[in-house]
Amino acid sequence: MSTPIMRTLFYASVVLLALAAPLLAPAFKTQMAFLWVMIVFALSWDILGGQMGYNSFGNILFFGVGMYACAIVQRDSGLDYFPALYVGMVTGAMVAVGFAAVLGSGMLGLRGHYFAIGTLGLGIAAGEFASGWDYIGAGSGLLTPLFPGEIGGRETFFYYLMFAIAAMTFPVLRWLYAGRFGLTINAIRDDEDKAEAMGIHTTLYKTAAWCTSAFFLGLTGAVVGNMIGFIDPRDVAFTGATYGVWMILMAILGGKGTLWGPVIGAVVFHVTQQLFWTYLLGWQRVALGLLIVIIVVFFPLGILGWARERWPERFGHKVQQDLKPVQGGK
Amino acid sequence: MGILEVKGVRKTFGGVIANSDISLSVPEGKIIGLIGPNGSGKTTLFNSIVGYHPIDGGSIRFLAREISRLRVPQIARLGLIRTFQQTRIYGKMSCLQNMQISVPQTLQRWGLVMNKIPAEDTERAEGLLEFVGLYAKRHLFAGDLSFGQQKLLEFAMALMIRPRMLLLDEPTAGINPTLINALISRLRRVSTELGITLLVIEHNMRVIMDLAEYIYCLAHGELLAEGKPETIQNDQRVVDAYLGAH
Repeated sequence: MSTPIMRTLFYASVVLLALAAPLLAPAFKTQMAFLWVMIVFALSWDILGGQMGYNSFGNILFFGVGMYACAIVQRDSGLDYFPALYVGMVTGAMVAVGFAAVLGSGMLGLRGHYFAIGTLGLGIAAGEFASGWDYIGAGSGLLTPLFPGEIGGRETFFYYLMFAIAAMTFPVLRWLYAGRFGLTINAIRDDEDKAEAMGIHTTLYKTAAWCTSAFFLGLTGAVVGNMIGFIDPRDVAFTGATYGVWMILMAILGGKGTLWGPVIGAVVFHVTQQLFWTYLLGWQRVALGLLIVIIVVFFPLGILGWARERWPERFGHKVQQDLKPVQGGK
Repeated sequence: MGILEVKGVRKTFGGVIANSDISLSVPEGKIIGLIGPNGSGKTTLFNSIVGYHPIDGGSIRFLAREISRLRVPQIARLGLIRTFQQTRIYGKMSCLQNMQISVPQTLQRWGLVMNKIPAEDTERAEGLLEFVGLYAKRHLFAGDLSFGQQKLLEFAMALMIRPRMLLLDEPTAGINPTLINALISRLRRVSTELGITLLVIEHNMRVIMDLAEYIYCLAHGELLAEGKPETIQNDQRVVDAYLGAH
């Protein structure tokens, strides 16, 4: 992937493979759709957790909020299925961003472990709150509308929809990380006090980063609610113990703080997990737990993080004596 | 009227009086020294000036504007930048990235948030890295540099931001003696060529006597003496404070 041509070829083949996947393996459409969900999970968690050094255990909140907001729009707007779904998705993303903006101003003042614990509380509180609120179905949940198309069309449709979201998330983050936004949140990760002493608008950037994360999670939540067809407050929407933990795990497995790490982590994790469910039924949770322990103990830096530590030159971190700037001094 | 005017500043931590009625004036474009034995309150005074903690009394004016109630980033954006005694850089970013992010943070540049780093920023960053002798290491993680090199990087980052005034907390600590001479000449060039005012805490007497045009000496949280380097050098109270006589 050294030259632009190689890179373009690589991306093009990934996109082609993704587009052809439902035709190549029609039996696995839903599993493959969830692969894209996992990739968005890991990528969006990594904005704060990896790039900014704020380990959030409550990002699942935005997923659930997006899911509910979309379902409410679909239930109450009176629009046809597809317009209601699209309006609902946008609403879900916007409401999630709103939550991030409001909560961020308070929560992002916390640092380190305090932020982690605080956000953990947020996720749990949201689940409890949703299961007690009648307007959104309380504990008995919400049904999303039936998909109008022919049999099998539903899976194909949601596969491509989820692929579209993942295919939007990756380049947007790539672009953000390449510019001042990326450098700034990296600086906050490495030394927030120094960043403040250099005049950086830390609060503004931190909130913007959380809002970006919330946007993609809200969008994904809106789609996943419809893929599953039924929204349970604790088991589908605010699933802190499964999705909420997995998104962290996948980012760490692949290498947090890198662009490709979360993608690699999500693919490895999702495939492994599907294999466990198929071949170790009954023991799948034990195997998953074991996998988590192995990741944390042997790959604390993740797959890409480990590679970067081992071959720093391959990632461009080397002494370069060759070129001199045109003008020295100031 | 100096660029920085500190008047009657008082700061206590519980029962410990770290700064008591400190007044000093830094004229624009000059190099001013701040000396004193360990624990005399020099770094506390720096922290008070840059807004790291609220002061208990007195006033601090920068460019004729009261700054003692402003927060750290606000003061930094006025062009008053400090470096840290225990050097602080962004360890997991390359040296070049450390420089690229250290630009003036005005909201007019907010539009640049989404863009790539401007080429002129990169050029200037490379020029400044060359200036402190770190150009060849620009793609290394800043955290992998030696302590002295990190100190030089932090200094270059402070220049990158185009400050009006720099507060340097022990700029030569941990830097090898041959490099110290080079650093002194660089500090002078910063003052004369870029017109940046410097307030320097320093323990190395040879360096500060050579560099500063005027020196303030603190002891036990109080202003003990002030004057030109020659006057300070021959002040019996200063000598006593350093040697431990009371």
